[in-house]
Amino acid sequence: MPVQFKERAISVVVNNRPDVLARIAGTFSARGFNIESISANITRNPAVTKIIITTLTTPETITKVIKQLNRLVDVLEARRLRRPQAVCREMIIARVPLTKERQAAIQELIDTRGGKTVSIEPGSAVLEFTGDREDLEEILTRLESLGMEDFSRTGVIALERSKS
Amino acid sequence: MQQTGSQVLFTALKEENVDTLFGYPGGCVMDIYDEMSRQQIRHILVRHEQGAVHAADGYARASGRVGVCLVTSGPGATNTVTGIANAYMDSIPVVVLTGQVPTAIIGSDGFQEVDITGITRTCTKHNFLVRDIGDLHRTVREAFQIARSGRPGPVLVDLPKDVIQSVTEAEPLRTAVSPVEEGCPDLEGLCNEALKMLLQAKKPLIIVGGGVILGKASEIFRAFARKFRIPVVSTLMGLGAFPASDPLWTGMLGMHGAYSANMAVSQCDLLMAVGVRFDDRATSKVSAFAPHARIIHIDIDPVSIDRIVRTDLAIVSHCIPALKTLHRLSDEQGLTPPERQIHAWRNQLLQWKAEMPLGYCRNQNIKPQYVIEKLHQLTQGRAIIATEVGQHQMWAAQFYRFDDPNAFLTSGGLGTMGFGLPAAIGAQVACPDRIVVDVAGDGSIQMNIQELGTIAHYGLPVKVVILNNLYLGMIRQWQELFYGRRYSQSDMSQAPDFVKLAEAYGIKGLRATKPEEVKRVLREGLETPGPVVMDFHVESEENVFPMVKPGTPLTEMAFGNVRAVA
Repeated sequence: MPVQFKERAISVVVNNRPDVLARIAGTFSARGFNIESISANITRNPAVTKIIITTLTTPETITKVIKQLNRLVDVLEARRLRRPQAVCREMIIARVPLTKERQAAIQELIDTRGGKTVSIEPGSAVLEFTGDREDLEEILTRLESLGMEDFSRTGVIALERSKS
Repeated sequence: MQQTGSQVLFTALKEENVDTLFGYPGGCVMDIYDEMSRQQIRHILVRHEQGAVHAADGYARASGRVGVCLVTSGPGATNTVTGIANAYMDSIPVVVLTGQVPTAIIGSDGFQEVDITGITRTCTKHNFLVRDIGDLHRTVREAFQIARSGRPGPVLVDLPKDVIQSVTEAEPLRTAVSPVEEGCPDLEGLCNEALKMLLQAKKPLIIVGGGVILGKASEIFRAFARKFRIPVVSTLMGLGAFPASDPLWTGMLGMHGAYSANMAVSQCDLLMAVGVRFDDRATSKVSAFAPHARIIHIDIDPVSIDRIVRTDLAIVSHCIPALKTLHRLSDEQGLTPPERQIHAWRNQLLQWKAEMPLGYCRNQNIKPQYVIEKLHQLTQGRAIIATEVGQHQMWAAQFYRFDDPNAFLTSGGLGTMGFGLPAAIGAQVACPDRIVVDVAGDGSIQMNIQELGTIAHYGLPVKVVILNNLYLGMIRQWQELFYGRRYSQSDMSQAPDFVKLAEAYGIKGLRATKPEEVKRVLREGLETPGPVVMDFHVESEENVFPMVKPGTPLTEMAFGNVRAVA
């Protein structure tokens, strides 16, 4: 059977301490696992941070990673988020030049892809889009054709669709 | 009442019943050392900070309690790193207290500043930098709790000088540090399943590992194995958990394991592994490991499960509750050992043991194995044996025939040369009434030889047995067997005179160069009060056999010239 390398998501709830990200990153690097994307922020309790990490692995490896993470003292809970039971989203903000000829195309992209304009300056606009990885790849291709100057992209955030 | 950081630290250490610190003073911990003179606590001044951690480690291994060491910032802290990694690999509960530059200076490359929490992040179970005196007491208590709970391990607490010097009004909270231990949710169900598998087996075998010793579970483990009359093999770290004098004892497995043990693992149909992590030196080629067996794995660390060897039944639990539950359930159900079913298997194991016992050939030179045999005989097998790393370590493991837990102190995971002498110091401090021996090679002993100064300083009656072959013997053995006898950089014949060296430290030195002198020297060394260094000039090119070449199945053992004699 071919080894199934796929991007898989882990939710890690941790104590919000200065070195906790280093510990988690260290757990990945020391054991030879690679982080594809990471997204972290505090929860409603500012002493607790939730981190979503995606990694390109086999099902077997991800189980090992999660065990290693759960062994860290500052990790309160590490678990796998399985698709399709979980939704995975990312966000991009992208700066595009504003010209008369392109205005209609930009507006069309915003309308069809649920984007919005977050800043307009003379000559350029910053647009915001969310979606899953495939959506965003497509949107980025479109934005490139609109002369995109620069963009910034978050890591994946993910949540289960219902309480399990 | 006002308290300084130093006082808060000692309060916390006392609450943890710490009686001994192994340490070395320096600029950032001078306040702690100053306060120490007013505290009732024993401090063993080592000669190098690496020695302090190994001594704390040896103290922990011999006593089953948490070992503690105290060193200064910068080089003091970095000198502990090997010792910390060593304790981490062997899951030994050690708390390392390091000084640190004042918090205002951290990050500015101050004198003797090093980011020791950063450096040790991947070789400690956990570490802390205490930035506020208000956190000090709780952090130190938590460090001990973490070090000893679950799968034990080293915890480092970094103590900036200003935190130690500052003063607090607050009464340190007598907080009970919350136990984080959780039991296995379905222990009974899993144990029932395990019993069913055990009773179905025709060729059952148990592997016992260091986890049984760390979990203080030797007694109940022995009772269980004997009740079901299941043969037992041991990992290097498990030696002593099950007595080598028991008829069920089948030997140590692995690269230098006994023929009977490696054959048993390779042919059993059920393997129950208790407190083991399946190190590559134990399994050799994993795909050929226990190929016919269903595997039950009992271990406290879920990371160990299915990591190297795939199990059929995993019980994530401390050894004592798991073994107790197995006992109780088998009593309740009136289960008895499947005598008739496993009779042939036990006979097979006895036959393997008889056919190919551990052996060696005698000649006119001192054989290192002979020294260990005599040491065993003269100490009635009751000494605490610390070792360094190399051939002598394997000979000690093979020929001392351990009957007791906490008696074989060896660097199993990291393989740290220089571990044995300071570990013996720690063991002797923990167990003043026991005979403590460091079995060493002439290479390893020189890696922390300065600790002879510590032994002399405190008059610790540690006996050092050097199996001196004028080589880095294990390196030379590999070069002989795998590198065309090219002895590159393994010749140690430019060696000090160990007897004179001992005498320079004020320690008695003895030497044996012929087999007939071995017993006399050992006897004199053991009977002399106080420390003694015994230098045995052994056969220089003796090899450790059996030997399984790395990456090959356990059944592919080389025996050298031992087979002819056995």
